[in-house]
Amino acid sequence: MSTKPDFFNEMFDGAEIRPAYTKVTKWFDDLGEEMLALKKAEAEALFRRIGITFAVYGEGGSTERLIPFDLMPRVFTRSEWDRLERGVKQRSRALNAFLWDVYHRGEIVRSGRIPGELVYRNEAYEPAVVGINPALNIYSHIVGTDLVRTGRDEFYVLEDNCRTPSGVSYMLENREIMMRMCPELFRSARIAPVDTYPDLLRRTLHEVAPAKCEGEPTAVILTPGAFNSAYYEHSFLADQMGIDLVEGQDLFVDGDFVYMRTTRGPQRVDVIYRRIDDAFLDPLCFRPDSMLGVPGLMNVYRSGGVQICSAPGAGVADDKAIYTYVPDMVRFYLGEEPILKNVPTWRCGEADAYKYVMEHLPELVVKEVHGSGGYGMLVGPASTKAQIAEFAELIKKNPSNYIAQPTLALSTSPTFVESGLAPRHVDLRPYCLVGKEVRLTPGGLTRVAMKEGSLVVNSSQGGGVKDTWIVAD
Amino acid sequence: MLSRTAESLYWTSRYIERAESIARLLEVAYRMSLMPTAGEGHENEWASILAAAGVSHAFAATGQEPTAEAVTEYLIFDPENPSSIRNCIGAARENVRAARPALTSDVWETLNSAYLQFIDILQGPPARRDLLSMCEWTKASAAAVRGSFETTQLQDEGYDFFNLGCFIERADNTARLLDVKFYVLLPTIDMVGGGVDQYQWAALLRAVSARRAFHWAYKGDYAPEKIAHFLILNPICPRSLIHCCERIDHHLSRLSRAYGQRSLAGRLAAGMYGHLAENNVRHIIEEGLHEFLTDFITEARKLDEAVNRSYMFWGH
Repeated sequence: MSTKPDFFNEMFDGAEIRPAYTKVTKWFDDLGEEMLALKKAEAEALFRRIGITFAVYGEGGSTERLIPFDLMPRVFTRSEWDRLERGVKQRSRALNAFLWDVYHRGEIVRSGRIPGELVYRNEAYEPAVVGINPALNIYSHIVGTDLVRTGRDEFYVLEDNCRTPSGVSYMLENREIMMRMCPELFRSARIAPVDTYPDLLRRTLHEVAPAKCEGEPTAVILTPGAFNSAYYEHSFLADQMGIDLVEGQDLFVDGDFVYMRTTRGPQRVDVIYRRIDDAFLDPLCFRPDSMLGVPGLMNVYRSGGVQICSAPGAGVADDKAIYTYVPDMVRFYLGEEPILKNVPTWRCGEADAYKYVMEHLPELVVKEVHGSGGYGMLVGPASTKAQIAEFAELIKKNPSNYIAQPTLALSTSPTFVESGLAPRHVDLRPYCLVGKEVRLTPGGLTRVAMKEGSLVVNSSQGGGVKDTWIVAD
Repeated sequence: MLSRTAESLYWTSRYIERAESIARLLEVAYRMSLMPTAGEGHENEWASILAAAGVSHAFAATGQEPTAEAVTEYLIFDPENPSSIRNCIGAARENVRAARPALTSDVWETLNSAYLQFIDILQGPPARRDLLSMCEWTKASAAAVRGSFETTQLQDEGYDFFNLGCFIERADNTARLLDVKFYVLLPTIDMVGGGVDQYQWAALLRAVSARRAFHWAYKGDYAPEKIAHFLILNPICPRSLIHCCERIDHHLSRLSRAYGQRSLAGRLAAGMYGHLAENNVRHIIEEGLHEFLTDFITEARKLDEAVNRSYMFWGH
């Protein structure tokens, strides 16, 4: 599929360069091609030296790869951002209200707004946490909301990630690299800083310490280990927050509390920012074959001896079928109108929708309800007849496992490619922190599909990243 | 500090120190190999450094002859040799990765750069892989890591664990180096004092980058006794056994103070240091230098085990 002119190009207003982009465009123009090539090489060397890589499995053992980094930033004006910020915070509040509700009385189901089977039969619904009241009743402490833009004022939410959204280290490191590559720009353009994020995250983790915590809370990050593809991010965040990065083997349960093994003996842990899935948290409660977690952890969690962030069971809110109800959640729990729109979505489990989807597959994007990372999806307009037929079979076998959405006219952002600056499709993931306050760092991770016309921005599918600027109007 | 993190810091510096020691050994062998040796009767210098590095048996198992090329390849590049410079740098990097939040980004980036350069060298033209430049590169890289550590790292417990690894490894290496000089290079006692002997002592001092320092301290007299004194009992020599033990004792004492209790490792280290401080070189040689060094290497291994136990490196 080719990039048609009717895609919203974030740099241009007709033939005019939009004001947000004037400074940065001029800077790159003045730089010249040779300098630009130099800067690109320099940036890549920096990424490699700092070790910002992700592990790729297969290909004969795990190797470390760089995510393609684009020097051209993506720019939002402050007023564009303000609206996004309000919308993302609103969603995060509603999602948390939903999570608390479905593990308690389930009012939203009783009211008939969401079918009970979608919630209670959901794979990510965790009966083991029913009735638990985590601190401040928050279940999802870090919400990564994926957004796309289709026009000047048109934003759509693609999905919400309520468990452990990744990529925030790229948001921070992209900025570091950009500040080293073009300090002049940062002096002249007023670009909102993102480097407060680790501090806000630490504050959030401290705010949700369990009631049994005495004095200053001890928070840790729980990682599956150095072979995990997001290990860089785990160690980066621990480093930035000045807290310990632990593996399951470093923790143990004794009585009512969790402890970590230190050189001074056992030290109590109050808050665990876990970067492992529910299924691996506690072999006594979930998967017995898992070595990544901590035996007995769930018991301590249930009795309020430790806080787990995000709370086990939070995944039910970022299921793609549940996603379709988020605007209803906003109205139901907050009594507000949703600021951000959902992408119109067909749930293939419903008869009418199923019929429509099967008849219109070549125009639609179909996603697996629990899929992630760009796997298990069909991009109709970019697929062959055979691929579409194959996918139709999958849907037929298990309709409720799929949702479908129209292919949106995703905005493009100018991106440096071999032939120079060219429009490429982008999305955006800001990171919302939920503690005593709901906080959003002014920025986010912009992912860019490096291939011409491609709509798939996932790094596992060859997508790249760019810095995201919020500048004064 | 997490026990696992402390262990990673400890092994990071051990591996860096080991890589550097291997490089120094290779330089010695290279210098010795340039010397006319016909008829002098001492063993092949390339075999000797395999013994000094403690890998004679492992090398023999490869079925190769200890030629310059084979030993160089084995000690620098061989992925099958756990102590090759290649594996030391790789292992140091893995340990730093595991302990990243406990180290400054300067230290991480310095070590990561060294690792990436090594990969570059591996994949580059063979001309870049000559022995001397590899040795120089290794020493410079180790110095850069240690330098960035000294200048950026908080001097908290992590500082102590890192340095413990460094000095325990170094003490072990110096002891092995001395042992090789006496009993591998010069197997017959009547050769002591000959021209070859003189040259070998000088090479040994070069191996620890201490030739000038030695001249300065002893006015250039290559008497075996004086060199033994320099490398065992002279605290101003940064690679001497007593200097290493003094530093080990220092770091374990700091940990004891911080933790409010003395550890098994602390008591052992104080004993090793005290024993050296009361000793003199005449006594050591009379009792047998080889025996003395063997005992020391055994003590160093016990100390390593005590550090592991005292700070729960094995966790459970």
